[in-house]
Amino acid sequence: MSAPAKQKDASIPTIPLNARISRWFGRNLISIYAVFGFTYLFIPVAYTFAFSFNDSGKSNLVWKGFTLDNWKNPCGAPEVCEALGNSIKIGLLATIFSTILGTMIAFAIGRYAFKGRSSSNLLIFLPMATPEIVLGASLLSLFLVFHINPGFWPTVIAHVMFCISFVVVTVKARIASLDPRLEQAAMDLYANELETFRKVTLPLVAPGIAGAALLAFSLSFDDFIITNFNSGTLKTFPEFVYTSAARGIPAQANVIGSAMFFLALIIVIAGQFVGKKVKVAK
Amino acid sequence: MADVSSATRGDLRLTRITKTYGDFTAVNDLSLTIPEGSFFALLGPSGCGKTTTLRMIAGLEEPTVGSIHLGSTDITTKRPYQRPINTVFQNYALFPHLTIFENIAFGLRRRGIKDVDADVNKVLELVELPHLAQRKPTQLSGGQQQRIALARAIVNRPALLLLDEPLGALDLKLRRQMQIELKWIQREVGLTFVHVTHDQEEAMTMADTIAVMNEGEIEQMGSPADLYDNPETAFVANFLGQSNLIKGRIEGSDGDNLVVDLFGQKIAMPKKRSHAVDNSIYAGIRPEKFRISLVGTPTRGNILTGGRIEDVSYIGVSTQYQVLMPWGQELMVFEQNDDGVAPFDKGDEVVISWEPNFTFALRGDEDAEAGTEVIPEDLDEE
Repeated sequence: MSAPAKQKDASIPTIPLNARISRWFGRNLISIYAVFGFTYLFIPVAYTFAFSFNDSGKSNLVWKGFTLDNWKNPCGAPEVCEALGNSIKIGLLATIFSTILGTMIAFAIGRYAFKGRSSSNLLIFLPMATPEIVLGASLLSLFLVFHINPGFWPTVIAHVMFCISFVVVTVKARIASLDPRLEQAAMDLYANELETFRKVTLPLVAPGIAGAALLAFSLSFDDFIITNFNSGTLKTFPEFVYTSAARGIPAQANVIGSAMFFLALIIVIAGQFVGKKVKVAK
Repeated sequence: MADVSSATRGDLRLTRITKTYGDFTAVNDLSLTIPEGSFFALLGPSGCGKTTTLRMIAGLEEPTVGSIHLGSTDITTKRPYQRPINTVFQNYALFPHLTIFENIAFGLRRRGIKDVDADVNKVLELVELPHLAQRKPTQLSGGQQQRIALARAIVNRPALLLLDEPLGALDLKLRRQMQIELKWIQREVGLTFVHVTHDQEEAMTMADTIAVMNEGEIEQMGSPADLYDNPETAFVANFLGQSNLIKGRIEGSDGDNLVVDLFGQKIAMPKKRSHAVDNSIYAGIRPEKFRISLVGTPTRGNILTGGRIEDVSYIGVSTQYQVLMPWGQELMVFEQNDDGVAPFDKGDEVVISWEPNFTFALRGDEDAEAGTEVIPEDLDEE
């Protein structure tokens, strides 16, 4: 629109300045909004990343100078890697169990008509809607009623419990988009029920299951509230960060946090790349 | 190729099949024999039960009542993978995660055949797409996918090949081409094809035998020429092409012919083409069988006088006329543009004539409009 304004041709009326400004805003509003939005989202991440290079000593609250020591020795602070190891172990176990159980539930709800299907569908959402603090507290009292002491396995059980709903929802969406005629075609081509599932259904639902597993892992890894009720003396990474906040979080926590962020980013980019390759092939 | 025992070869027999879904009867007491090696079409409008019939043959639905035999074997309750029957699905249903080669090899591998290369390549040659073996289905055009779906089915040499609206998703030109190719492939491989379609032209082009279905029952079965020239019901007369149905009465007989009164004008028609049960009939004449001539010019055969041309549509190969008759009915007439005579004009007073042999008679209590206003097919319905 600036081109006609530059021309000195009298026959073309010049657009008044304020109109031009408001037009420019009209056209770029979404971009401006996006810049603000992303800034808001990523400033904390950038802050975490920057302070992972802080030569902090005990407390990592003020900038004291650049160093690579924290990255060279991420287990340098006491307990940080033990907590990380616990989180990864719990995360992996919770992911495996919740993905298997959740996928089975998703198939049952997504594929079969049975009495109580719609109420199961609703009940599955309930843990997602329940406040975590309530879930954590009631799980703890439940474990105590059964004389199970808080610790590693109660935490795993608790994590499986709240991850299942998310797995079900994710996998169910994938199953819903699956054309039932593909399974009919497989049966028509001499595949029995088990072969049909293995050769056609499962490979087609696999991306949904993989997505659900990633989601379950990140939910479990990240969880603080429910874990804090049920882990007893065991310390996970979020718990470690929380407790060290009182006496100063070591910069190693920033290193691990940043590393997790970049790992996730790499996975997403790799996923996009694979997806794009498939699309280009189309 | 296939290790299908001879007991499961032979004619397909459906015996008194009924399929109900709750209160809805999709297929009603249907009996049908499809001879081995034939190209058989189930033709009917949307919701007539033809797809349900096909799915029962494939084993994807079980009949509520009745039995299905293939040769001497009762296959009524067999699972789909236990039947030597393969289907070309409406939207092809190619497996998106497998290559074209693996799609075609799927059935062979499931039957435990280790060396599939020769068979798969042969069938890829047959459908003229050997260069696509390593592609994925989404990389293929609709017409190519259609051929691969066909190849995936026929590579198994089934006793019966079912085609569920296989050309429905293709454009008209490709559809015409595929009609001819399908017919050719059927002769080439010598399998029994059962083809479900709502397109009467497609059924007539390809099938040896057509069963016209309406509301879960078979209206009439026969060769395309039989059905077209000698329909037994108003539904068939109207669903296959167009018909002029004129109310009349049988007045008497004259040798092999009946004498029929149409609003005071006498015509003759062959007895063997009458499906009437009493004297009250509809006389049926296809629009292209009529001849039009101006009043005063010589005519032969059956004659109806007093017509006036109401509408003229020039279509190139032919001209289509609407002729208003003295009793208020408009008759449709197709005239070939092959005689060098300029088309008639609107308002011309004309005489209509035709050969008596081209007349058929339907029961007088039929609904003359049956089968004319068929709802356009939604391919994903049924």
